[in-house]
Order: sequence, then C-alpha cells, then structure tokens
Amino acid sequence: MKEFKVTPIRNGTVIDHIEMGMALKVLRIIGVRGDVSSTVSVLMHVPSKKNSWKDIVKIEDRELDPKELDKIALISPDATINIIRDYNVAEKFVVEVPERVKGIMSCSNPGCITNKNEPVEPEFVVETKKPPALRCVYCDRMTTDIAENIV
Amino acid sequence: MSGSLKGLDIVSIRDFSRDQIEHILKVAEGMVPVAKGEEKSNLLEGRVLGSLFYEPSTRTRLSFEAAMTRLGGRTLGFDEPKGSSVAKGETLADTIRMVDAYSDVIVLRHPQEGAARLAGHFAEKPVINAGDGAGQHPTQTLLDLFTIMKEKGGIEGNHVVIVGDLKYGRTVHSLSEALGMFGAKLTFVAPPTLQMPKEHVKHIESMGMRPTISSSLDDVIEEADVLYVTRIQKERFPDPAEYQKVAGAYTINSAILRDAADDLIIMHPLPRVNEISSDVDQTKHARYFEQAFNGVPVRMALLSMVLGGIE
Repeated sequence: MKEFKVTPIRNGTVIDHIEMGMALKVLRIIGVRGDVSSTVSVLMHVPSKKNSWKDIVKIEDRELDPKELDKIALISPDATINIIRDYNVAEKFVVEVPERVKGIMSCSNPGCITNKNEPVEPEFVVETKKPPALRCVYCDRMTTDIAENIV
Repeated sequence: MSGSLKGLDIVSIRDFSRDQIEHILKVAEGMVPVAKGEEKSNLLEGRVLGSLFYEPSTRTRLSFEAAMTRLGGRTLGFDEPKGSSVAKGETLADTIRMVDAYSDVIVLRHPQEGAARLAGHFAEKPVINAGDGAGQHPTQTLLDLFTIMKEKGGIEGNHVVIVGDLKYGRTVHSLSEALGMFGAKLTFVAPPTLQMPKEHVKHIESMGMRPTISSSLDDVIEEADVLYVTRIQKERFPDPAEYQKVAGAYTINSAILRDAADDLIIMHPLPRVNEISSDVDQTKHARYFEQAFNGVPVRMALLSMVLGGIE
C-alpha cells in the first residue's frame, strides 16, 4: 500500500521546493494564521532531487495573488507553485524574483524615511536575485534578510 | 542622469556621470567672481529658493542662501522645524507639497535617510539634497571635488588620504566614490572600528581602483597630495579613554606635517573640534576655509543649472 505523509488536496495550492527551513516563514508572509478556514499542511525537511532537502506547504481552497508570489520568490527563489483543481495540477510554475518590489517589504534601515509615517510605499530595486539582495530606492540601504522585513 | 540638469533633483552623487560633474565644476569656476562679490549677477532674479533645514547647519544653509542672493534670487524657509507645522506632526510629504507651491527650487536637510528622494517624488520643482541623515550630501562632495580641482589643477592621479571617522561620516562615503570615479589614488586611515564600510570599498574597486586601508597616518603622510580630515565623534565610543586615545592618534598638527610634501593641501568639511590644531591654520597646507567658501560658487552653479539659468 502506498503511504502518504500528507494526502493530496482537491483544490488549492502546493508550494514545493521551498528552501529548507523556510516553510513557516512562507506561511507567515502569505498571512496563514490560526484563524485560517481551510486545511494547511506543512512538510519540513523533505528529501529533494533538486537540492538535498526542501520544505513543502499545501493550502486547501486558496490560490495566491501576484504580490504573495513575489514575496515567496524573495525568500525562496527556487520554489514552485502547483495550482490544484479537482485533484489535478492545473498550473505549475517556478516563482520569479521581480526586478522591482513595491509595497511588500519595509526597509531594514530604521533611519529610512519610509519607516516614518510618510505616505509612501517602500520600494526596492532587486540588485541580485540568488540570493535576493534589495536596494531601497529612497535610502540606498541593501537588505538581504528579506524574510524579516516582508510585511 | 544625462545632459542638462534643468528641472532635475540633486539627490546622490551616484546620479552623476564624470562628464556632468566636470561640467558643474566648470560652471562653478565661472561663478567665483560673483560669489566673492566682485561682479554682480541677476541670473536668478525673481526666483525663490525654499530652504528646509530640519537639522542644524551653518555652512550648508548659509552658503545656499548666499548663492541664491548673489544670483539675485530670494530665499524662504526655516532653519529648525520647531516653529513650523512640522512640530505639529505634518509629514515631510505635505510640507514639501506646500513649499513646492511657494518656491522654484527646494533645498532640504533632514535627519532621515532617503528624505530627499521622497521629497523629489512629491515636488514638481527640483529638490537639492543638503544632507539626509547618514545618507548622501552631494553638494558637499561637489565642493570638495571643486577644491581639489582648483588647488591641484585636477583630480586624477592625486593621492588623497582620508582620515577620521570613515564608518559613520557621510561626507567621506560619497567623496571617496567620486574620487574613485575620477581616478584619484585613495588611502583610508582610521582605527579598525571606524574604517570605510566594505560596500563603499567594493564600489570603488568596481571602478578599477585599489584603495589602501591603513590605521597609521605617519606611514602615509609623506606620500599624500591631499589630506582630507573628518571628525571622530565621541559618542561612537562607549569608553571615553578609548576615544581620547583614538582622537589623539589622528590629530593633525605641525609636528605630524614635518615630513609632508610642500604642496600637500589639508581639507576638512568643518566644523572641526580638535582634529586639526590651530597652528596648522597658518601653514601653507591649510585649505579648509577656502573649501568652505567654495560651497558658494558650487551651489550657485547647481541652482543656476537646475533652474535653467545656465545649461
């Protein structure tokens, strides 16, 4: 008998090839908290063919919007997204690190004007994609600890 | 940034090409007689400078005002936010929108990094960054380059030794990058804890230059063409005794200049505390007061260019 650690989902999203140890951060940045209304499965430290280990997140009855995909790309640029409809993979793609990022991350520089109640969305230029390093358009500070600064 | 500066914001020295900087310095050279009051100019007559200083400044604020006045323009603004709407909690964005309507060009000094870039987003008129926190201070860099160019006849090939607080001093970051772009030989002298941040050294190296890192001024003073001195701030040291030791090691006095080249020039963005002893003021090397004056023609050039008075 085939053994499943986690059963397939009928509708929803499987985020595969998440960098090992980043699954909980992925949940946080896409806003999955205790009040979620559908089943969420998290697999950590799963053997992977691509890299030796990976994490996987499965969220039932939910598809991700472009901003959420950008956030995942920034903390785990090799992640793949599988959109499941009626038990079948309807779409499958690798996330793409964007060239510019606006409104999804705060600047890591506490002295940056964007952290001071001004009516602007923090904006960054992606200087390197793997690993992602982002330069603040306003103060020029480089941020490499992306997960800590995603809002 | 390329071509004419008309209507453009001046936020960071990285926004400029070498050709543009050389052009600004050339225009500044032409402004010197007006800056000294030897000639009159009405180039910016009827124009208004909005001068917003959220932090104290002597040289930068006064030299911008002098520059605007010498060119026939007027200045309005504040030199501390206490008496303005800022004290009531107004955002920078709103203050900028208002001053944008009252003036033709805005000069901003602000304690937060990135403030000038933000102001540029909200203002239709050009914004000139007069220092944003620990960030950029491009007009200081331009007047420093102007001083070296004027005193040494050029920048390329000169050995510039920069000494003091290279970690936190905002003027030295953009200056060293600009000097690298012009092909100056650079040596950074500081205690290891206050050395030039790696990202700036890397940026300079990306331009094909190889800056020398040192902690001893004695070792390099003989070979220097320009000695650029900055203040070491006491508050950076938890232990006052450690501060005294470090500050003492980098004090410029006649004794340390004994082996210096005849034509060495000493610069300092000012204010100085005790980094340069007063006996140096009388030597042939001192250029820091000329440097402070040079802020006027350089800022005249920038104001004229962003307002379209000069191409």
